[in-house]
Amino acid sequence: MKKLFNRNNLCWLILCFGSYFVLMGLMSAGIINPVYQTVIQTIIVNIILAVSLNLIIGICGQFSLGHAGFMCVGAYCAGIMIKQIGGIEGFVIGILIGMVLNALIALVVAIPTLRLKGDYLAIATLGFGEIIRIIVLNMEITNGAAGLVLPRVVNFTMMYFMMALAILIIVNFGRSAAGRACISIREDEIASEAMGINTTKYKILAFIIGAVIASWAGALYAGNFYIIKPGMFTFNKSIDILVIVVFGGMGSITGSVIAAIVLGLINTFLQNFAGIRMIVYALALILIMIFRPSGLLGTKEFTFSSLFEKLKKKKGAKS
Amino acid sequence: MTVFFQQLINGLSLGSIYALIALGYTMVYGIIKLINFAHGDIYMLGAYFGFLAITYLHVGFIPAILIAMAGSALVGVVIERIAYKPLRNATRIAALITAIGVSYFLESGTQKIMGTTPRSFPQVLNNEVYMIAGLRITTHQIVIFVTTILLMILLQFIVKRTKIGRAMRAVSTDANAARLMGINVDATISFTFAIGSALAGAAGVLVGIYYSSINPLMGMLPGVKAFIAAVFGGIGIIPGAMFGGFFIGICESIVTGYGGSLFKDAVVYVILIVILVIKPAGLLGKNVKEKV
Repeated sequence: MKKLFNRNNLCWLILCFGSYFVLMGLMSAGIINPVYQTVIQTIIVNIILAVSLNLIIGICGQFSLGHAGFMCVGAYCAGIMIKQIGGIEGFVIGILIGMVLNALIALVVAIPTLRLKGDYLAIATLGFGEIIRIIVLNMEITNGAAGLVLPRVVNFTMMYFMMALAILIIVNFGRSAAGRACISIREDEIASEAMGINTTKYKILAFIIGAVIASWAGALYAGNFYIIKPGMFTFNKSIDILVIVVFGGMGSITGSVIAAIVLGLINTFLQNFAGIRMIVYALALILIMIFRPSGLLGTKEFTFSSLFEKLKKKKGAKS
Repeated sequence: MTVFFQQLINGLSLGSIYALIALGYTMVYGIIKLINFAHGDIYMLGAYFGFLAITYLHVGFIPAILIAMAGSALVGVVIERIAYKPLRNATRIAALITAIGVSYFLESGTQKIMGTTPRSFPQVLNNEVYMIAGLRITTHQIVIFVTTILLMILLQFIVKRTKIGRAMRAVSTDANAARLMGINVDATISFTFAIGSALAGAAGVLVGIYYSSINPLMGMLPGVKAFIAAVFGGIGIIPGAMFGGFFIGICESIVTGYGGSLFKDAVVYVILIVILVIKPAGLLGKNVKEKV
């Protein structure tokens, strides 16, 4: 068995805690002002959403456009529990309820729709996402279109480490036996079925894990941004998440993280040019897709082991 | 029963609009397998072209709809040439994201030029109300329905009886074989975009007349619903899109008429999911066995 604390894992650990302490330090020193803190919080939520969608689209190859629906369920479960019970306890209970509920919904959605392929699956999941939103819009407990106004119950530390945990789970899932099965489904469903892989089982598994982690993002959103309403979870939100995943490269988790950060920063920068913000964003999207259709990283991952490998080769070439 | 028949009539007008948009979706999907997300926004642009033509050129209904169709067709072709053509061999999802980008671009561009507030569409047709056997029918509804039927007949004629129509059918069956037979595939695809966009433009003007208000984001929801209509009828099949459009429009009207207006969108999505699960190729579609 490989050692748990080998060089690569230690490097990741250092990167994780290092960037946490740097961000934390800059925030408490007041160098990152509250405006940019909001930006960072948004990016964290988007990273969780993007990596969870990347599991479904990038690793398992199932084209889902209903991710905002799962986020919506997570956000409202947490939001309602914060209202009812209050404080961090409510948030934790809400997040657990959200996870269970999302797993059930994902199962119900997945069993009929995952028989579909490609664009049909996309449009069916889009439909499910919208149905969830319309149900939420018409319920009493969710306060309809006005939404819920909530106190802020989570802090940066919690958000950051939930994000790290989400990434860890997805990356490790991708490298597990189940994850390999999912990748084989992405590459060729018929061939993997012929090799004896229960494709339905693994597709549903990936879908459920993705949905459960999306509910974290929703819960963190509810616990952090004071207000949730159904209008935030339209299919445009699903498309925004999809854009991050495709921009970073489908199947590349590190790509999703980088893309979420880059797009978040571009968006913030463009806030100053409110009038043309969406025009520039749209043009950037079109140009990136025309010149780099596989996304920033393609299916490649950034890993420390490959970095060391490269360094070693360079050294070898020199000597 | 009066409510039912009344909503049937209202649904036919709404369904006409959906059917016209759905035709463009289905033709483009049939020929290059792309969900053209920007199609709903071309419909919105058509409404604005009609608005501009009536307001500044002071033309009547028929010139306005022709101008809107020509303008939309031009925009459709330009978009296809600039944004979609380079991606013809890329993955489907990259093309889809590009289409979304185009959609955002058209929406925000229109917002920038025409402002974000809704504009009231000038009334070029007198709206008279006829009462027939207790049912309320307006001139607008008749005009919408008749225009739609005329455009559909024209489309059927182009697709079935003309040379370019035959080329379109050939390219959608097998683009490579069509190319080998000497068909100019690029020109055919552009022509398909032009026709589809022109129909959407006409729908834009009709909806402007019907609801007498237009705004830059009006294309989003009808776009999705028209796509659902196309899927419902069997995507890539032209009669399927017509049928699907009318069906979705009528369903929506009936649900609204019986007091379910809050859930009318949900009903459309439920219909979509049911049809996809039962008959994924659509109502008129044929199931194609997958070859290994």
